[in-house]
Amino acid sequence: MKSSVITFPGSNCDRDMDVALKKFGFNNKMVWHDDNELPKSDLVVLPGGFSYGDYLRCGSMASKSRIMQSVINFAKSGGLVMGICNGFQILVETGLVPGVLLRNKYLEFICKNVFVKLDNKENTYFKNLNKNILEFHIAHNEGNYFCTKDQLKEIKDNNQIAIYYCNSEGKIEDQYNPNGSIKNIAGIFNKEKNVLGMMPHPERMIDESLSGEDGSIFFKNLINNIK
Amino acid sequence: MEVNEQIAIDHGLKSDEYKKICKLLKRIPNITELGIFSAMWNEHCSYKSSRLHLKKLPTKGKKVIQGPGENAGVIDIEDGDAIVFKIESHNHPSFIEPYQGAATGVGGIMRDVFTMGARPIANLNSIHFGSPQHKKTKNLLRGVVHGIGGYGNCMGVPTIAGQTSFDSSYNGNILVNAMTLGLVKKNKIFYSKAAGLNKPVIYVGSKTGRDGIHGASMASASFDEKIEEKKPTVQVGDPFTEKLLLEACLELMAGDSIIAIQDMGAAGLTSSSIEMASKGNLGIEIDLNKVPCRETKMTPYEIMLSESQERMLIVLENGKEEIAKKIFDKWNLDFAVIGKTTNSKNIELFFNQEQVARIPVNILVENSPMYDRKWKKSKLPKKNKIKNEVLNKLKIKDVLKKVLSNQNICSKEWIWQQYDHTVMGDTIQKPGGDSGVVRVHGTNKAVAASVDSSAVYCWAHPLTGGKQIVAESWRNLISVGATPIAITNCLNFGSPEKEDNMGEFVECVQGIGEASKYLNFPVVSGNVSFYNQTKEVGIKPTPSIGGVGLIKDYKKMISMNLKEIDNLILIIGKTEGHIDQSLFARTILDEKNGPPPEVNLFNEKNNGESILNLIDKGYVKSAHDISLGGLLVAISRMCIKGNKGIKINKPKNLINEIEYFFGEDQGRYLIEVNKEDLKEVTKILNKNSVHHEELGIITQNDMIINEKTKVTIDELKSYYTNWLSKYMS
Repeated sequence: MKSSVITFPGSNCDRDMDVALKKFGFNNKMVWHDDNELPKSDLVVLPGGFSYGDYLRCGSMASKSRIMQSVINFAKSGGLVMGICNGFQILVETGLVPGVLLRNKYLEFICKNVFVKLDNKENTYFKNLNKNILEFHIAHNEGNYFCTKDQLKEIKDNNQIAIYYCNSEGKIEDQYNPNGSIKNIAGIFNKEKNVLGMMPHPERMIDESLSGEDGSIFFKNLINNIK
Repeated sequence: MEVNEQIAIDHGLKSDEYKKICKLLKRIPNITELGIFSAMWNEHCSYKSSRLHLKKLPTKGKKVIQGPGENAGVIDIEDGDAIVFKIESHNHPSFIEPYQGAATGVGGIMRDVFTMGARPIANLNSIHFGSPQHKKTKNLLRGVVHGIGGYGNCMGVPTIAGQTSFDSSYNGNILVNAMTLGLVKKNKIFYSKAAGLNKPVIYVGSKTGRDGIHGASMASASFDEKIEEKKPTVQVGDPFTEKLLLEACLELMAGDSIIAIQDMGAAGLTSSSIEMASKGNLGIEIDLNKVPCRETKMTPYEIMLSESQERMLIVLENGKEEIAKKIFDKWNLDFAVIGKTTNSKNIELFFNQEQVARIPVNILVENSPMYDRKWKKSKLPKKNKIKNEVLNKLKIKDVLKKVLSNQNICSKEWIWQQYDHTVMGDTIQKPGGDSGVVRVHGTNKAVAASVDSSAVYCWAHPLTGGKQIVAESWRNLISVGATPIAITNCLNFGSPEKEDNMGEFVECVQGIGEASKYLNFPVVSGNVSFYNQTKEVGIKPTPSIGGVGLIKDYKKMISMNLKEIDNLILIIGKTEGHIDQSLFARTILDEKNGPPPEVNLFNEKNNGESILNLIDKGYVKSAHDISLGGLLVAISRMCIKGNKGIKINKPKNLINEIEYFFGEDQGRYLIEVNKEDLKEVTKILNKNSVHHEELGIITQNDMIINEKTKVTIDELKSYYTNWLSKYMS
């Protein structure tokens, strides 16, 4: 399975994603933001970090990078595109997924483990996953997901909500919401479910010595679903 | 402008220093030259008050590749790998402008590390604030934490450990010390020594602006009520540019284009160019019109003294300009050939085709002033006689509650949750443990690092205090299963021109030297920050020690959380109940006098090495060193982290219970061992003559002390975790 990780100026989780993808069997290539063409890929990942220093608005400048036109075309033709953290912010800026990401409610960067509940397994990302609640890791300053009432209705109607912040039992309540996201939303799909944007970093949870292993479960399942 | 003595004094030079300049030059310097002298000869850059004493520190060892004198120290971690590390202060700027001050402190220390070819893999920090009741403390703390996070998070380097303290002596002068560790291949280390004639001198990174002019001179002066006026001397950081600079430099370093490289830190272009020339025993010629400037009409004086961030100076091999330029273009960074190396042994500056400065390099460096300042020796204070009646009135649970929730003991999660501590995917021990630990990427090795200081002990008796911090750093590394290798120090003191403060410095350094020599734990890099005072009052002497150690097999790393019910907890090292200068004495009894606990270096070494031996054999399930707050605080932390209880035995020796539980005797650890292993563990400890006793047995929940006092885990957690987040909300 072939994957591509895009490196923007200021990306800083690109290597971590490369390590994770390779560990679980992807043949991964790093792609420079200024390139024209995407290599042939089964999955494209927009990694975390601070593309363009988060200046102007997180993800906004990266969304205009040269490579992004190819990524958008790839996504529109049904290709799998996953944006993690800053990658999610970039996806939102391209309009591939709806909504915006605001500053965290308490105006502080937050780095910790959280639980997320899967809402929809009818997609390549979560199909066949034997768990409904995953322990993931977040590290962000602007992860407060927001969208209009109409948009919210639409994404609900289309089953576009991918994951919610919850507790270890899967309860979705305000107290388990780390950043003020509307309805505890931690990740969403596009309508077709081939594009996923989420704040948590599964690539930081890929062996028992790290913050946890639920990232391993996610990636193993993902490559099996793509095969 | 005609230079005279008054102008020199306004630049922070002393009258006799100005006279010395005129004598060495055999003429009166022009204003640009005076600016260069003032930047090179201030305390921050010249170490004029400290050099004499720093020379006495042990800096060599089998594992030391590079000691002090370079951008950072380098140690060998085997298999061709090396760790580059250093700690540095950014105290003065952080008090004036906490966000930018702290951020550029972090940026500066990372630059020092990647200048040597190393990719930064971990950040640490030691930050000290005034009393929580002081009106500035909250904002300063918030600003500093945001600044450290803002820079480190953007760079994508995990912040893995740190230390925070509050003490009214920092009310008018906070401390912000930042430390970085980088990983490099032993054969790819870059140094700042220029070599060869007519080699191009390259400027890369951000453009030069008017920010930070005379920053290093500001850092060498005391604060007064006009300090707010110094805001323009604080540099402004841009971590995004630094991230690009890091990647571009590492890309260029992969090849063989670079002869020497030096970051522009304190005193900017001045100190970087002079240092490279001085180390190479060469001259350097710079055309200031070629320096990329952010603002128009900048004068030679301003260009030379700007402390704009995220800039590097490189001496390149001839003919490599195009290759290098291509890399910096790719990363959208400025690249300019601004000069060349010469055999004149002068620094020569040109502006609009005119020579605007010409100074022999050796005058600036070797002839810089060095002072043997007067200093006062400290006496060991007399021990307090605290009556047993006073102690016996206290209830252990009440004391434990107060001590655990004390601002200097309680959990600092509110702080470190704002630092990305997991990026790079190798953090295997997060902040809140004895040391932070990161794996050496792609290997079975891991590196542990800790940063410590004990200002109260240093204040009570500098010599003992100096020894104690080194010993504590050593213990923090041992506690996670790391073999201690070397330290870096950041020496924060008051004015060297005052005998008391200078005495504190001299004797702390002596203590640090004695301990690091005995423990074979050499000092490989560091920084001195004097004049940490407001008006006439200096801070408590606060040397910070950053220790680094190696874990050969990261799976053998130890953490402090209790692992298994029915396992035993052993106290390693003797508990004598020394409560003078303990947190208990100062906060519960309000007793500020008396000597700090004695440091016995033989015991430190013997106890530490014995524990490493036990860890290596797999007998130690969890471990924690006993430090500030004493025994009961240490075991409480282990209970909280492991979510388990403990049944504590009655102490066997006859000392008072309060002294037993809250005394701060040194050289002690708690280790968790399996019952079945006890015999073997005891045998090893006895063979090595290590004092040990059983503290108690791990239980499901509740801490039970002497069968009469019960504290639930939830109570312990609430004492320990709430203070800081409540204070900041």
